[in-house]
Amino acid sequence: MAGNISGGIKTTDRNQGSAAKDSKVVRNILITMAMLSFILILVIPLVFVFVKAFEQGVGLYFAAISDPIALKAVQLTLTAVGISVLFNTVFGIMAAWAIAKFRFKGKNLLITLIDLPFAISPVVAGLIFVLLFSTTHGLFAPLLNAWDLKIIFATPGIIIATLFVTFPFVARELIPLMESQGTAEEEAALTLGASGWKTFWLITMPNIKWALLYGVMLTAARAAGEFGAVSVVSGHIRGLTNTLPLHVEILYNEYKFTAAFAVASLLTLIAILNLIIKNIAAWKINQHNM
Amino acid sequence: MNSTIKPLRLKQPSVIPGFGITMGFSLLYLSLLILLPVSMVFINTSSIGWETFWEIVTTERVLAALKISFGTSLLAAAVNVFLGLLMAWVLERYSFPGRKIIDGLIDLPFALPTAVAGIALTTLYAQSGWIGQLVAPLGIKIAYTPLGITLALLFISFPFVVRTVQPVLQSMELEAEEAATCLGATKWQTFYKIIIPALLPAIITGFALAFARALGEYGSVVFISGNMPMKTEIAPLLIRTKLEQYDYAGATAIAAVMLIISFLMLLFINVTQWWASNRDKTN
Repeated sequence: MAGNISGGIKTTDRNQGSAAKDSKVVRNILITMAMLSFILILVIPLVFVFVKAFEQGVGLYFAAISDPIALKAVQLTLTAVGISVLFNTVFGIMAAWAIAKFRFKGKNLLITLIDLPFAISPVVAGLIFVLLFSTTHGLFAPLLNAWDLKIIFATPGIIIATLFVTFPFVARELIPLMESQGTAEEEAALTLGASGWKTFWLITMPNIKWALLYGVMLTAARAAGEFGAVSVVSGHIRGLTNTLPLHVEILYNEYKFTAAFAVASLLTLIAILNLIIKNIAAWKINQHNM
Repeated sequence: MNSTIKPLRLKQPSVIPGFGITMGFSLLYLSLLILLPVSMVFINTSSIGWETFWEIVTTERVLAALKISFGTSLLAAAVNVFLGLLMAWVLERYSFPGRKIIDGLIDLPFALPTAVAGIALTTLYAQSGWIGQLVAPLGIKIAYTPLGITLALLFISFPFVVRTVQPVLQSMELEAEEAATCLGATKWQTFYKIIIPALLPAIITGFALAFARALGEYGSVVFISGNMPMKTEIAPLLIRTKLEQYDYAGATAIAAVMLIISFLMLLFINVTQWWASNRDKTN
């Protein structure tokens, strides 16, 4: 649902030399308006994060991001990202294989169900796991208490909530691409005697690897940045159930603005790196499909 | 499932292997991680009873929160239709220095954690902030007002319309526009008689995606809204507040309302896409 692969290919000014060419004045006005809104909406907040982070000097900046609690948060965030990427990539490939390579009834319903987490508020996503796993009100409360397990207000809850919100990304990138690629190449390989597994690795994988990387980047970005769902299930236990975004919130609410923006700038750098890799992937996908 | 001889087949035969295992795993994972948890909201809501449910969702505070959520999300999504159309048009139709970088940065709100956006926008738009102090003399307050909420939602839902309109604009043939121009249509006539109708499904989809995302948004809004009940409290925040007060019935009831809206939005997007593909076929 959220943005199919669309980055990448650009023609150079298709308008040039066409009968429907816009006048220079209109063109310049539109470009200026677009630039201004772009700067106002996206660039200023981006620059502002770094300005605020370094406002009190480099020393305080590094103190904030090397604080033991911040490092714990980094660890938890990386764990959540790693597990989400692993599980949802395996799911994404499997779901895309089943949906794109076969014809069956109910396909559209299945695709819509995969999209579901996109449409659900992160807070509701957190709430549903509280309803399942809370040790006082949850459906599985007797079981959890009997085995002395903690999911909500503990790391497993954070990971499950992150899995939920990042569930559709890989599948959503792969399904349309694999559908458009059809099954001819795989059928040829199978007819020539390749095993199903070999066909997947040697035929399908090279065709989808950049879209897969794109989906993985979307998953990683959302997993690293998720706030609402994780905030509901975390219980805000410092140094234990705080991810980086939650750590930012705590610092900010304690009026430690410089530290909050320092950690925020770290997340922003990760986001920019993520965008760069994503754009390379989009560019490769377009090259591949031309 | 692969070798059914029944007349009513769920799956058509194929030489490609792996349907059973990939479909089986996908359905199991989908059911455990998504369907079962989501159904909990409705199971819990039905256990509190229709009357209690209605009582909860029609209290003044809940209605006010829903109203603020709807109003600000609608406004943000509507503004993003115009901004998105403008951005998509400029990026697809003109070449200018820095275009590729701008195109690459459009997705920033998807990649940037919402909490980061939240603290940055709040500090920018607060009365002492870079932008806040520019409008303060005019008597305009942004942070901690519905205007601030709208601006945060504008930021986080910015890429949707751009990204849905862009590919359509890219694959659009210029012939129709050229023909219109040759037949004497003005630039404006070509725009709203040729271009807008062609882009309409993409615009509607982008709008719906932006609206759905804005309606559920929590991370960025929680900082900028100030969270005053009846004034700047959005529905997701009220769910959170009720949970913290151990009011599980209250939280679940509002969540049920939000979920139903989510389902309706998904349905609406699917109907739009079905309409668009049918329209393209008949043309």
